[in-house]
Amino acid sequence: MLKLNEQVYDAVRRHGEETYPYECCGVLLGRSMKGFNEVEDAVRAGNIDTESPRNRYQIAPQELVKIQRLGRERGLDIVGFYHSHPDHRAQWSKTDFAEAHWIGCSYVITSVEKGVAQATNSFLLTGTGEEDKAFEDESVEVAALEAERC
Amino acid sequence: MKIHIPTPLRVYSDKQDTVNVNATTVGEALNALTAKHPDLKKHLYSEEGKLRSFVNVYLNDEDIRYLPEKDATRVNEKDALSIIPSIAGGC
Repeated sequence: MLKLNEQVYDAVRRHGEETYPYECCGVLLGRSMKGFNEVEDAVRAGNIDTESPRNRYQIAPQELVKIQRLGRERGLDIVGFYHSHPDHRAQWSKTDFAEAHWIGCSYVITSVEKGVAQATNSFLLTGTGEEDKAFEDESVEVAALEAERC
Repeated sequence: MKIHIPTPLRVYSDKQDTVNVNATTVGEALNALTAKHPDLKKHLYSEEGKLRSFVNVYLNDEDIRYLPEKDATRVNEKDALSIIPSIAGGC
């Protein structure tokens, strides 16, 4: 299961709308708990795939190093990634699977149809290595933000 | 020096997010890491002993593949290595 609050969930979806018709991508910082990943923050990343940004994304490793450092400073780990599928369903593709190497992390995909975010799904990368890795559907639990107190 | 371990590989580093090693070069540091935690080796290197194509190792903010002296690059105690598997995909 992937747990995140409404603000992070909306930010992830909005990012996909803003970059439409190109793919957006980013990193989910949080904590890996027993049985679920809990997201505290979503950090936007640039898509360095300039050849085919409508249907491909890649995050620069140097940017990942910086985001991992940012997380460490805040006591958070990289627990997942997100990207959008412009005019395509929110389902992992062969490319997503081939390029997935962060076992135990959540891969969140938002379908963006004609610029409007539709479904957002998450897939947990399971296994012990490249040989037996697999994507498993995981539920997404969106917690409403607590109302501000006066 | 410190070596930062990414979340998916911590299962092979006794759950440590950072491993401290004594080394004078990048290569020595990585060898010290896999000597301490042998199970990490097959996740970092191919059978030919080369860093797997999707595994990036950064010395501070520099990719070690592009350092002029690569593995032989000298390091000191204040340096940090970060292991970062790549992230990409698309529909």
